[in-house]
Amino acid sequence: MSVLLDISHIDMEFPTPKGSFTALKDVNLKISQGEFVSLIGHSGCGKSTVLNVVAGLYQATRGGVILNGREVTEPGPERAVVFQNHSLLPWLTAYENVELAVRQVFGKSRSKTEMREWIEHNLNLVHMGHAMHKRPAEISGGMKQRVGIARALAMQPKVLLMDEPFGALDALTRAHMQDSLMEIQAELNNTVIMITHDVDEAVLLSDRIVMMTNGPAATIGEILDVNLERPRHRLELADDALYNQYRARVLKFLHERHSQPDVPATKPVENKPDAPQTASAEHSRPAVETVEDAA
Amino acid sequence: MTATTLATEKLTGIRLPRLDSRFLGSAIKYVALPLAGILVFLLLWSVTAQRIDTSLGKFPGPAAVAEQFDALYQEHQRSREKERAFYERQEVRNAERVAKDPDYVPKIRAYTGKETFLDQIVTSLVTVMSGFLLAVAIAIPLGIAVGLSPALNSAVNPIIQVFKPVSPLAWLPLVTMVVSALYSTPDPVVAKSFLNSLITVTLCCLWPMVINTAVGVAGIDRDLVNVSKVLRLPALKHVQKIVLPAAVPMIFTGMRLSLGVAWMVLIAAEMLAQNPGLGKFVWDEFQNGSSDSLARIMAAVLVIGAIGFLLDRGMLALQKLVSWDKGISQ
Ligand SMILES: Nc1ncnc2c1ncn2[C@@H]1O[C@H](COP(=O)(O)OP(=O)(O)OP(=O)(O)O)[C@@H](O)[C@H]1O
Ligand SMILES: [Mg+2]
Repeated sequence: MSVLLDISHIDMEFPTPKGSFTALKDVNLKISQGEFVSLIGHSGCGKSTVLNVVAGLYQATRGGVILNGREVTEPGPERAVVFQNHSLLPWLTAYENVELAVRQVFGKSRSKTEMREWIEHNLNLVHMGHAMHKRPAEISGGMKQRVGIARALAMQPKVLLMDEPFGALDALTRAHMQDSLMEIQAELNNTVIMITHDVDEAVLLSDRIVMMTNGPAATIGEILDVNLERPRHRLELADDALYNQYRARVLKFLHERHSQPDVPATKPVENKPDAPQTASAEHSRPAVETVEDAA
Repeated sequence: MTATTLATEKLTGIRLPRLDSRFLGSAIKYVALPLAGILVFLLLWSVTAQRIDTSLGKFPGPAAVAEQFDALYQEHQRSREKERAFYERQEVRNAERVAKDPDYVPKIRAYTGKETFLDQIVTSLVTVMSGFLLAVAIAIPLGIAVGLSPALNSAVNPIIQVFKPVSPLAWLPLVTMVVSALYSTPDPVVAKSFLNSLITVTLCCLWPMVINTAVGVAGIDRDLVNVSKVLRLPALKHVQKIVLPAAVPMIFTGMRLSLGVAWMVLIAAEMLAQNPGLGKFVWDEFQNGSSDSLARIMAAVLVIGAIGFLLDRGMLALQKLVSWDKGISQ
């Protein structure tokens, strides 16, 4: 499989009133066509930031993203995003929200009827067919998230970027949506980057799990290849030894990070006595606190 | 007496089981209390009015004002009657002349009677709506542009902040002079006085709309802007599909504020400039100085207040109709 998406040595610094804040440091990842990659890591470590850089919504301070041999400089519908908080337009119905995207992408190439069928097909895919003429305020959080997924899928993106797409769903709907996503992905061979907090979800869905270290200056701590046969069935996997090994590996990583949140990701500890280093460590402290506040 | 109470209890017990107290509560809140408030106000008004002696006699109480309402309406009826008679006579005369001399082209002269109270109300309403709509046409595009561009915002903000607090009375002389200088066609479509009032109203009610629209547009949810970016919506579509709907609640808040300002400004402008309308009516009555004048002015005050209130309610209803954000307060 060839490399479709190359996230190449990305640094991300945000200007803040207290000086610049380094959210990401040297994030490097190559993703193949059709691959399903999960990003997992503690809250506030910079997962959304990675996704936003790939989407083109943020410009990396250093490094860049290359999609199909072209550098990503701006957002576009070939990198559809399922936003962390659904981001539906509140004045449009579920149908109209998907329609806006479909018209923008397929307005020239498809007829009105084709577009209508395509919109309805995608809403049915996420089981929102019964409520497609309701506005976001009239549907539950999980339903909104599903419409957000339908909108992204309907754009037939080269890369599907999903920021905790199932976070707001109950366990049953969540399981259901995970199964549909696996089916859709198997059928369309989408390339997917998904952020999640759920270890089971990550292992079940992914080809690779990218575990991120804690911020500031977060980076990739470990990458786990998940070599489980597809199609995968959650009930069969529950007793699968390999599956449980993967789970344990991810859990261990997260647990280690959690119990030692200040473990430096890349740099060894002996740098600390250095004057500039200490300064930067002090500097980063308030930022860590804000992260925890935000979480 | 006990029998009656029992009977009512039975009645209400059957008709409004349980709901009874809640129904009563809302009846008190929405009917009884406002009525009580109005009654107390009328009472205080009539008592106080009795004690105020002006050079035009006693300050008018509610009864005197009610009488003047009636009188003003009668005057209006009579004036309309006169107008009809005037046109009838003219028609008859023209018909006679045409009968005598078939080449005669009949001339229709317009009736030039004094404007009645009702005419003044209509004039004021037309003026305020024209001025307001002109302001809407300027303020909303300007507000959107300012809200979208921080650079434009920095450039325009000081101007807005300086002009916003300017009283209509300060604008009026300038507007009058400029209109006289620039609008001097021999056969004007609209009267100069109408333009003066209209432009003054526009100048004063522009700012709340510009500011609110700009704030609404600038404060649009980042995530929605991101959606637009991912979809690569062209600029015009971005404004039409994302910015405008997102800012609608704020735009309408601004419009409501502006319409309130417009109505206040208009009355002041009409008084000061002697432009036709309710303000002129008040001023004329004041100059007139008859024994009924104060009661008539008081009648005008009540009408001005009532119209202001209705305009506000109308805007609120419109806002609720077009707004996706259903949580609009009173
Ligand atoms: N626009 C911004 N300006 C300044 N700092 C930012 C900005 N966006 C993110 N950050 C900071 O970057 C860090 C990473 O944020 P990010 O949203 O990527 O975290 P996350 O891993 O997605 O967290 P969560 O799991 O809670 O969604 C945080 O410390 C955050 O405060
Ligand atoms: Mg996030």
